[in-house]
Amino acid sequence: MKALKLKKGDMYTYLESLKSYGELWGPVSRGDKYVYGKLDNVRDVALEALRTIIPPKKFFVPPRFNMFRYSDNKFTETFEDIKPRVLFGLHPCDIHGIMILDELFLDRFPDPYYKKRREATAIIGLSCTPDDKCMARSTNTHAVEGGFDLAFNELDEDYLVWVGSSLGDDLVRLNIDLFSEDINTGDLQKYLAWRRKRNARYKLNFDLTGMPDIMELSWDSSLWQELADRCLACGSCSMVCPTCNCYNVRDVSDLSLSSGVRERYWDSCMNMEYALVAGGHNFREARAERLKLWYTHKLKAFITEYGKPSCIGCGRCIDTCPVNINVAEVIRSLQGQEVKV
Amino acid sequence: MIAKNQIHTAAPSANPFMPEQMRIVRRYDLTSDVRFFQVRPMDMERALTFANKPGQFMMISLPGVGEAPFSISSTPSRPGMLEFCIRKVGRLTDQLFKYKENSIIGVRGPYGNGFPLEKMIGKDNLIVVGGLGAAPLRSLLLYILDNRDQFGKFYFLHGAKTPDEMLFRKEFFEIKERDDLKCLLTVDDDPTGSWPFQKGRVTNLFGKIEGLDPDNTYATVCGPPVMYKYVIAEFLKLGIPKHQVLMTLERRMHCGIGKCGHCAIGSIYTCLDGPVFSYWDVLHMKDLI
Repeated sequence: MKALKLKKGDMYTYLESLKSYGELWGPVSRGDKYVYGKLDNVRDVALEALRTIIPPKKFFVPPRFNMFRYSDNKFTETFEDIKPRVLFGLHPCDIHGIMILDELFLDRFPDPYYKKRREATAIIGLSCTPDDKCMARSTNTHAVEGGFDLAFNELDEDYLVWVGSSLGDDLVRLNIDLFSEDINTGDLQKYLAWRRKRNARYKLNFDLTGMPDIMELSWDSSLWQELADRCLACGSCSMVCPTCNCYNVRDVSDLSLSSGVRERYWDSCMNMEYALVAGGHNFREARAERLKLWYTHKLKAFITEYGKPSCIGCGRCIDTCPVNINVAEVIRSLQGQEVKV
Repeated sequence: MIAKNQIHTAAPSANPFMPEQMRIVRRYDLTSDVRFFQVRPMDMERALTFANKPGQFMMISLPGVGEAPFSISSTPSRPGMLEFCIRKVGRLTDQLFKYKENSIIGVRGPYGNGFPLEKMIGKDNLIVVGGLGAAPLRSLLLYILDNRDQFGKFYFLHGAKTPDEMLFRKEFFEIKERDDLKCLLTVDDDPTGSWPFQKGRVTNLFGKIEGLDPDNTYATVCGPPVMYKYVIAEFLKLGIPKHQVLMTLERRMHCGIGKCGHCAIGSIYTCLDGPVFSYWDVLHMKDLI
């Protein structure tokens, strides 16, 4: 992969250059949290940010958007608010999250709403220093070898910039004079030392060996009911999880009632109506069943299908769940408990 | 100095979420709350080349109301028309029942795996239907009858609560007259005394089955949830292997193409990997039924 160097002092200048590709978005602070915000002023970027409240999935699958308009039984597709964007400052785990969404939305039956947004968006990674809620080393999502257009890595006075795609190469050329191709042995040593130091900072670790089997053997475990007794079924875990992608559709008619839009909006399997069908039968009426589905998706189903969990270890569920149900706790409980088959 | 490149933009693609306009050609009531709909794509060439597999489903859209999945009741061996057998049971179907002949609705599909016809060809077949189970299995029934020489022995067992609640009554009575299959019909109750055949549960009909080669038989069941346990027990008693016992499942669906998540069961999606599953699938995948 092509690598370049950029002086840290030139970062703001380069961010400004990126605006000629499209809207520039990156992490900004909101109180004691961070969100992805539009960088009208590039100096608002929070380079120190860790996890944002909502993951970058909101750019590819907006919380609510129109799929098509209907009018007198005619259907006309709409692709609103899709414009070239640069997402700056994505950490390795969040880039893995996008790669997981790519599998879901671009694989069989590609989703044009996702695809168009994805193709219009440039992804620029930024290395990070994990805190005590980061689990990405355990989920093997703490480093990226692809899935980005550019990736900026900490290198003392500079950034080591990996060019991950043809678009990334285009983006470098927006202000090519800022970049240097001179990467020496000293830089390599600094890069390796930094990676070792960073790896050692992951404090929340778990072993995913045999996780699908553990899930299978814990199907009838009382753990699910114990968790369900605490769970508020608020669905916050789904909103903040980078790989939760369930949605509902609904038709919203204009006042004339003869025309309107079909809207697609985020859903969560924690919601009571998630598996309710016409006639009143609910396939997942019990909260424990819905929790189990959530964790089956993260820790079993995706591993079976793609060989990796659909948890990227970002720690957002730890940060968000009001009753402290999260991936780390569920894994620990599953591994520690008595197995009932 | 390296020259600046032209930055590429996205290319348009076909949209699998867009409903296709179709016309309701004919509709009539099968029972007090179940209605039969014949639907046709607006373009005749499209109508005649439309191909579905028995066991697949379509997403029907009513603008302003929403979209829901429905089994296809017609067979690809009778092209030109798509048929649905729909119970008035919720918000969308309440509205659909107000749609008259010549109304336009939105339809997309077909989706799902359908029945494994390539494996069923050359084999003996046993179809067991209870109540609304006729909606998805009529497609398979008619397909086998239309390609009768490609299949072995054929039994069709049908149970309804009462004669009035029997779907496709006239059609199934006619099929009963055919001598190239054994069609056995029953009702649980006959309050008006109009039923000409046997009465009792559909499982009582199994005593009349003879000469099936169990290892080479596919047994398919669809009906109310209570029925499965008893019917599957009868299939196993006949010696039919678990992976050749087939059923079609219902789940909430908002896309039909593995995106919305609602029909997920373990690591599969009912819409992509189903809705047709074998009894072995049910045994080894928890949560299926």
